[in-house]
Amino acid sequence: MDIKDIIKPENLVYKKTDHMTDKVLSYCPGCGHGTAHRILMEVIDEMGVRADTIGVAPVGCSVLAYDFMNIDMQGAAHGRAPAVATGIKRCWPDKFVFTYQGDGDLAAIGTAETIHACNRGENITILFINNGIYGMTGGQMAPTTLEGMRTTTSPYGRDLESMGNPIKITELIANLPGVHYVTRQAVHTPRYVRRTKKAIFKAFDIQKNKKGLSFVEIVSNCNSGWKMTPNQSNIWMEDNMFPYYPLGDIKVDGKIINE
Amino acid sequence: MKEIRLMKGNEAVAEGAIRAGADAYFGYPITPQSEVMEYLMLEKPHERTGMVVLQAESEVASINMLYGAAGTGKRVMTSSSSPGISLMQEGISYMAGAELPCILVNVVRGGPGLGTIQPSQADYFQTTKGGGHGDYRLIALAPASVQEMFDFAGLGFELAFKYRTPVMIQTDGLIGQMMEKVELSEQQARITEFDQSWATTGKTPDRAQNVITSLDLDSSRQEQHNIHLQKKYQEVADNEVRYETFDSDDAEYLFVAYGSSARICQKAIELGRAKGIKVGLFRPITLWPYPMKELKAAAAKVKGILAVEQSAGQMIEDVKLATECNIKAEHFGRMGGMIPTPEEVLLALENKIIGGK
Repeated sequence: MDIKDIIKPENLVYKKTDHMTDKVLSYCPGCGHGTAHRILMEVIDEMGVRADTIGVAPVGCSVLAYDFMNIDMQGAAHGRAPAVATGIKRCWPDKFVFTYQGDGDLAAIGTAETIHACNRGENITILFINNGIYGMTGGQMAPTTLEGMRTTTSPYGRDLESMGNPIKITELIANLPGVHYVTRQAVHTPRYVRRTKKAIFKAFDIQKNKKGLSFVEIVSNCNSGWKMTPNQSNIWMEDNMFPYYPLGDIKVDGKIINE
Repeated sequence: MKEIRLMKGNEAVAEGAIRAGADAYFGYPITPQSEVMEYLMLEKPHERTGMVVLQAESEVASINMLYGAAGTGKRVMTSSSSPGISLMQEGISYMAGAELPCILVNVVRGGPGLGTIQPSQADYFQTTKGGGHGDYRLIALAPASVQEMFDFAGLGFELAFKYRTPVMIQTDGLIGQMMEKVELSEQQARITEFDQSWATTGKTPDRAQNVITSLDLDSSRQEQHNIHLQKKYQEVADNEVRYETFDSDDAEYLFVAYGSSARICQKAIELGRAKGIKVGLFRPITLWPYPMKELKAAAAKVKGILAVEQSAGQMIEDVKLATECNIKAEHFGRMGGMIPTPEEVLLALENKIIGGK
């Protein structure tokens, strides 16, 4: 059978949303950012809310997110995305506003903005990509870097006594009354991609109904920064990241889920 | 019937913003400017015009909220005092780079560091020579009365949107705290139908995505962006110089001063003229663009200039640039929150300029 016999409209089961641009992703092959971008854009597409959506890009690997997400976006200063999003949302309370941030951006330099936007219960969605490392600057230690993990600034492994503990910012903000929905997901297998997409849908729905802040953490890999192959990095993530950052809902309908 | 009210400078700039149709204010308390947000919270501008007021967790958050809101095309303002303005510098540079209009009010207090809460003008360099990183300029307005605190809110928005650039209202603790009679102009409606061609309001099918950013990793494009910014600043310099003179027609000597120092100089002129000293005042209203040509012309008619500023001598550098060092020009000022008296100012003129070699 010729390939042209297969590529026909009636055989189409899955296509790229036009909410993604045609630009080549700047992410390393194997990185979870591309998948996270795509499902986020699919949600906006499927909800039909592009004309009412403004995204905020961080500083980090996804600093150029607006090159790939074909929607109106603002690039924030390092860590300040939740403040930028607050400014937008307060002026346009009926628009959908989200931030897309990495762990260094959200949980180190931007901790104050993260906590206070959450505490005010801003009606925004925060997407938090946690790969435990500063990817863009070349693999330095992040606030979420695990104990013993080797990075360029913890070359002998993260020593808790001198470098502090990996921060569970997601559990921290779940305790704030302004936060309505908190979940931790992943995008390394089809099953988790579907679950994460569902979580983003839910987060946007909460925003639509003005119930407060919705927070979706995606634990992801950084095969380049971790010095692994993409497949090795996903296995390492399951074995090491997930036990410390367990997947699943943390707060639903404003109530913390008790194990 | 004119609406006249007795107000503090800080209250007047807040009322001025409401009446100029501001959409939002984001700020953080710091002395001596806290009355700006206190007044706004008390006034409930959301009920008056729909204007949003939010107390942020820091000056850093305030300026970034301003960035976000300005990026959607809204008319936004923040205010702070020197240490808080220092904290905002990164965001101000981003806003200049991303070409976002806004008003920044700096009610200057004495520094450096935490300094003092008393008035000062020692943020002149920060306002006019950069402050944040990169090649950018702020349009800087220096009110010398409570009336101008009110008026410059409207003027500030006009200039900010005309050039799509941040405007700094640089005042000081004296103008911010003192009370004067203010004639209030009528309420202007907030502009809800505006040019959204560049603003991020949600991508519609009829246009490409809008992106607000100061980043461009392609150096040749970034250079082109810088050239564009410089061209815009030149246009501002060519068209927006503002200044005024006082008793300068027959003057043999000039005070050059802005803000509260200009008011003190007016009294010093009165004292000087009573003694037969023909002295006048040249008052820059825009600190940037600085009235270079105008000051040069005024200086050609006098024997000497005393630049009066509550600093160690910052604006004097622009006075010397403007006059190309062709005339005797000295600085006089107090620092650390001390306010010079008119007598001190006159004595400095007599000692440093008239009697000086």
